[in-house]
Amino acid sequence: MSESTLPDYRVQSDAVRDRFARIKKRPVTMEVAGLSKTFQSRHGTVTALKDINLTIHKREFVCVIGPSGCGKSTLIRILAGLEQATEGEVKLDGKVVDKPGPERGMVFQGYTLFPWLTVKKNIMFGLIESGYDKGTAEAEARQWIELIGLSRFENSYPHQLSGGMKQRVAIARALANKPKVLLMDEPFGALDAQTRSKMQAYLMEIWKNIDVTVFFITHDLDEAIYLADRILVLKANPGEVQEVIEVAVPQPRHPEQFLSPEFIATKKRLEELIHPPKQDDDEDHLNLVRMVPVNDEVGSVF
Amino acid sequence: MSLFSVNKPLEPRSRQLVTISSFVLPILLWCLVSYVPFIWHPEVEITSPGSVNYFREGMLVNKTVFNAESDKASAAGKATPEGIPANPIYLPAPHEVLTAFYTSFTTEPKRSSELWLHESLWSSIQVIFYGFLLSSIIGIPLGVLAGTYDFFSRLFEPFIEFFRYLPAPAFGALAVAVLGIYQAPKIAIIFIGTFFQQVLIVANTTRKLDPALLEAGQTLGANNRSMLFRIVLPGILPDLYRDTRILLGWAWTYLIVAELIGTSSGITWFITQQARYKNFDNVFAAIMMIGILGLTIDLLLAWFGRRLFPWQKAN
Ligand SMILES: Nc1ncnc2c1ncn2[C@@H]1O[C@H](COP(=O)(O)OP(=O)(O)OP(=O)(O)O)[C@@H](O)[C@H]1O
Ligand SMILES: [Mg+2]
Repeated sequence: MSESTLPDYRVQSDAVRDRFARIKKRPVTMEVAGLSKTFQSRHGTVTALKDINLTIHKREFVCVIGPSGCGKSTLIRILAGLEQATEGEVKLDGKVVDKPGPERGMVFQGYTLFPWLTVKKNIMFGLIESGYDKGTAEAEARQWIELIGLSRFENSYPHQLSGGMKQRVAIARALANKPKVLLMDEPFGALDAQTRSKMQAYLMEIWKNIDVTVFFITHDLDEAIYLADRILVLKANPGEVQEVIEVAVPQPRHPEQFLSPEFIATKKRLEELIHPPKQDDDEDHLNLVRMVPVNDEVGSVF
Repeated sequence: MSLFSVNKPLEPRSRQLVTISSFVLPILLWCLVSYVPFIWHPEVEITSPGSVNYFREGMLVNKTVFNAESDKASAAGKATPEGIPANPIYLPAPHEVLTAFYTSFTTEPKRSSELWLHESLWSSIQVIFYGFLLSSIIGIPLGVLAGTYDFFSRLFEPFIEFFRYLPAPAFGALAVAVLGIYQAPKIAIIFIGTFFQQVLIVANTTRKLDPALLEAGQTLGANNRSMLFRIVLPGILPDLYRDTRILLGWAWTYLIVAELIGTSSGITWFITQQARYKNFDNVFAAIMMIGILGLTIDLLLAWFGRRLFPWQKAN
């Protein structure tokens, strides 16, 4: 597709525009207001996040992208309650978030399954914590295992599973608590491309069928566009919201849309935001000179 | 495949061979020194004293002394002494030590008040067992607390850090004064020797638990108590087990000191006693028994550990 025929990434079809209008009428699930976070380190103060404002509606799928070190993980950790904001606040259903809780499930990049528990017991962990008796928790866990297609592995330990399987268990473990929000920090970052696209499809399927709002961090632009209703683009130093993009690709999503004009236009915009046109001097580059003799057996690779 | 590739396991066959060599090589060296007359053998065992009046049959004399006396006798035209090369009495040959393994158990003690070897060994094992058990019962919980909560870390560790530099043997006299002369002060020395290290090591192990697991637990709704009992404890258990195995090895090294205070007893007493009687074959046998006992216990614990923690990746 040539540049000239690409639509503006903001142009939405009627159906898409209508859908966003309906989303905005849904109840607010999470509200982030004036959020800032600074870290004190030996080298001085680091402003990881600065004045983040965001409203997430019920069952919305929000992705966050931004360059490495822009504070994506810090943001999601504050939402999870694992880290305290320096300024501003986070509200879940109107209540201020100040510590971790099961109503905000979290899936980490590094799986973080409990290695000493089997798949089933891992999923039962949160259920037992919230007061289920063992029998009920077990039955519930079984259902989840069935849902994620790992029945054969219910008594396996995490080290016996592949990365994709582990991450499915981690998602089921978080969802078993019936969280209002599912927070995911680059959950598929460590997976190979094929497994990753499978996991994306699973996640869409889960999101469609379960009452949950998803907040998803990624550095993969395709992944963000494919999954998100809205994409929050952060910039680094300090971490600020650069733009919030309403993805014009219609829902429900399917892999063929990767080549649709809306998709490509959005991706182009994201690329401009994440990788701004380079300034020559502060860009790092290799300083190579020719090290192969001209009369070498293979004098040129071209 | 090379025998020396960095961080690569050997092939099974060569691995076995090398493992066996680890024991066979030192024994082979010992055999060489013991059975090949021209290797070392600095002394001469007299087979016939000849004209030298202070030589006795079976006596060990230094080679130079023997040669001097022999020269003197032949110069004077008298009967020369005869003898065969021998090693000093403190280096018995392998077969002698091997026999001692059996005979030291069957030999009656010299005095009726003294203990048989198996009784001595049993007494040693008890001292180790109770000393180490006591240390673990108190030390492991303290270590886990210090590793989990900064509060306990600040409260315990500075003092323990100081105390662990005080050598356990230095408390011998004090232990006897307070606890009497029998087993109690010995157990106390084992305790002092292991306890302080144990708290610090366990605290460190606890701190090394992947913090992401704790965070995962928190986001799943675990409260403070669950964090300790459902995440920290099971999470560190394999490492805790390994620490305990290593510390048990250390406890053995304090045994010698422990058994010398108060009334000497146990395997140490047996060793000193036998050395006094110059029964060095028994001394060697007893020392090796400690080694074999320690290694056996450790191997058993290692084997048991692999069954206890099936979630650990096989390595
Ligand atoms: N505990 C901390 N102490 C000091 N500085 C921190 C701490 N955690 C994060 N930072 C800093 O805050 C900034 C944002 O870090 P963060 O991990 O949130 O980035 P990120 O966007 O998730 O990066 P990546 O894409 O590499 O995961 C970085 O500059 C980092 O050095
Ligand atoms: Mg990150």
